[in-house]
Amino acid sequence: MSLLLQALVGGLLLGGIYALIAIGMTLIMGVMRIINLAHGALMVMGMYISYALFVHLGLNVYLGMFVAVPALFCVGYILQKFIIRRVTEIVTVLPETQVLLTLALGLAIVELLRIIFTSNYQTVEIPGISDKAFYFAGISMSYPMVIGFVGALVLIAGLHLFLTRTDMGRSIRATAQDSEAARYMGVNTRKVTCITFGIGSALAAAGGILLLPAYYLYPGVGNAFTLKAFIITILGGMGSTVGAITGGVLLGVVESLTATYWSMGYQDLLGLIIFLLVLVFLPGGLQTLLKRK
Amino acid sequence: MSYFEIKELVKTFGGLTALYEINLSIDQGEIVGLIGPNGSGKTTLFNCINNFCTPDRGQILFKGQRIDGLPTHQICKMGIARTFQIVKPLKRLTVLDNVMAGAFLHTNDEKQAREKSLAVLEFCELSHRKDMLGKDLPIADKKRMEVARALASDPELLLLDETAAGLNLKEIERMLEIVMKIRQSGITCLVVEHVLKFLMGVSDRVMCINFGREIVTGRPQEVMSHPEVIAAYLGAEYATGRLH
Amino acid sequence: MRRGPIKYIVPGILAVALPFVLPGYYMHMLILVLLWITLATAWNLLGGYAGQVSFGHSLFFGLGAYGGGLLFYYFGISTWWGMLLGPIWAVIVAIPIGLITFRLRGPYFALAMLAMAEVARIIFNSWTTFSNGAVGIMISRTWGGNKLPYYAIILAIAGLTLYVTRRLVRSKFGYYFLSIREDQDAAEALGIHSTRYKLYALIASVFFTALAGAFYMNYMAFIQPDVVFDLTDISIMMILCVMLGGAGTEWGPALGAAVYVLLAECFRTVPVIKEVHLLAFAIIIIGIIMFLPDGIIGSWDKVSRCFVRPPAAETAAAGQFEPGPAAEEEVRKPEAEL
Repeated sequence: MSLLLQALVGGLLLGGIYALIAIGMTLIMGVMRIINLAHGALMVMGMYISYALFVHLGLNVYLGMFVAVPALFCVGYILQKFIIRRVTEIVTVLPETQVLLTLALGLAIVELLRIIFTSNYQTVEIPGISDKAFYFAGISMSYPMVIGFVGALVLIAGLHLFLTRTDMGRSIRATAQDSEAARYMGVNTRKVTCITFGIGSALAAAGGILLLPAYYLYPGVGNAFTLKAFIITILGGMGSTVGAITGGVLLGVVESLTATYWSMGYQDLLGLIIFLLVLVFLPGGLQTLLKRK
Repeated sequence: MSYFEIKELVKTFGGLTALYEINLSIDQGEIVGLIGPNGSGKTTLFNCINNFCTPDRGQILFKGQRIDGLPTHQICKMGIARTFQIVKPLKRLTVLDNVMAGAFLHTNDEKQAREKSLAVLEFCELSHRKDMLGKDLPIADKKRMEVARALASDPELLLLDETAAGLNLKEIERMLEIVMKIRQSGITCLVVEHVLKFLMGVSDRVMCINFGREIVTGRPQEVMSHPEVIAAYLGAEYATGRLH
Repeated sequence: MRRGPIKYIVPGILAVALPFVLPGYYMHMLILVLLWITLATAWNLLGGYAGQVSFGHSLFFGLGAYGGGLLFYYFGISTWWGMLLGPIWAVIVAIPIGLITFRLRGPYFALAMLAMAEVARIIFNSWTTFSNGAVGIMISRTWGGNKLPYYAIILAIAGLTLYVTRRLVRSKFGYYFLSIREDQDAAEALGIHSTRYKLYALIASVFFTALAGAFYMNYMAFIQPDVVFDLTDISIMMILCVMLGGAGTEWGPALGAAVYVLLAECFRTVPVIKEVHLLAFAIIIIGIIMFLPDGIIGSWDKVSRCFVRPPAAETAAAGQFEPGPAAEEEVRKPEAEL
């Protein structure tokens, strides 16, 4: 029984961080209607920036977030402004060029990181935190995972406040609903899309860094996370904050249970299968299941 | 047994009733016009006939067979073709190839399809455009290509959705001539139109709908002078003569 | 593009003569070029002509390869039987996949296929008793180090793929595929059973992809799930070849494949650049998308069409403006009988 509980709690904590990573993609998809397959790569870039600061300056990765996250915002902003936006305006024989573009961008970023940092698996130590854990009712929760979970919730809450209470947040939501109408209302949709992509990238980076102390780092980790983020976005329904959280937690729990009771190798498999099932049978995400009831 | 019949058709979208108990019967060889203000449900009706959306209740019968709910391509095979209000050219194909896409319905042979398509293009006076790409056509030609494409599939019933919209007077004349030629060749037509000159010149009977409900069906002159029809287009005060 | 047999004679002579002229190492490259021509042309049938972009074609390549591999693994039968079994079971798998996923529009279809390829990769990797797992399957080569027979076989396969593509494209199938690509709703209203025709395109595409996979098994004599089901090296590179050459053209994918293999070779042989070859390809893809989205052949048509009018399928890929007939004549033609 405690094994089950352990797996559930572990999945929950992991899921919260997954949600943070995915929420950026949901936002981008909702506002710009593009599927950002470079998401994981941007996340990894943030992680490596933080890692590099740790290695060369001894900077605690949590503090490193204050450098990496704004940096990724800028990277995202620039990518959208100069590359992605151009492509969405081109009509070609192959309709999916925009998805291919983000895929290629992701590939380029990951390769760049691989060249700079090599493929070796890296880990990050935080003295006093990395090896400690909470014990509660027979369940252990590692410090880094708990901090990550709390940090993720804080950032998600912050995003929600930003979207609902600030002018820019409202502009973003307006563009998501109807970009032409928003433009007629005076919203600078070009700037909004750049900012959205920046925020999405920054949040992905934040999520990755929060995960860093509990995970290992290597360039390829980005691809797995792009897929996870996409699964969560589809599960939770596009453009929905609550959906991202639900989807994230669900995925985290499913992975945790699979790894515990079946095998590590198959944990990604179940996520993929659920993703395919939802994609085919529940086009609006899991929410359609709830609405039907 | 009527040639084409719509019985008690109901279509709702969420809470909105787009069509309510629509009844219409069309005899072979007739041209029936369908009018109504914007949003009255005309295109929805077409979409139901064609099964781009499935009716909630009611029946649609063609030559005695029920066609409501059948897949769109099958309805076309049974002899019902349509044009679209917002034209849908196959953009990166030439005009000839656009029409051939329709012509292949009843043949597998490329030569046959090509011959038929060339004949249809002649009929619609589009032969001079045959090698132009769909997306490069001016709007009047796009509309005629849409008609040509539908004709190439050898329909018995042709649904024309606002084929005269956006055309200038001369182009409307030409389109009118083509529709008259279509009728002469024995094809039955159901025509949605706003351009009254076009409609009056072409229809044997006219049905007017508003808010998804039938207002009146009858000869064009009767319908156009019906007070509710005038009210629907120009306002109740104008209809009762109070405006002047 | 000139018509007639002329344009086949030169490549034909080259194809037959090259292996005797070039040193042995280049044979490997030629074989790779032909392999990628097959893959790119096959993908183009579904993606370029029918407009259904799949990011998961490595699924069918892997199934083709494992068709032969599993026969050997379980029954000790020669993997050459995989050239028959591979495409067949790939098509059998593809049909239900198509029926389910063709409901999905655009990018979701692409990603659903990607997910399926990943599922296959994970299963073949982890289910060791089924597929021998990540270790893969190794056989001894039928002709040892002699590459000439392999060259002949892949040449035949590539030729067959190109031929079938050409025949399909110039027939009713071609028109229907293009109609579905351009506007599925309009196509349906013209009586085109879009799901059925997408399925036809899928079957043809899958058949040749898997055939190439089966050949791969026999030629390389060693396959692993991480290689044959790979996203970047197989699925994405197939798309790269097609984009480079021009989607929806007959020869575009072949051209793109040749360029891709040559480039990959250049990267491999220069030591410094070797490291960055994936990065370079990623940048090339980005460049193509931004500056040459219709590929080399797709943009070439703009030039060649000034001289000759190519048949429908090649015109359809170009999407360029053609100056129409100069004057719009009001010619009263006698009314044609319908």
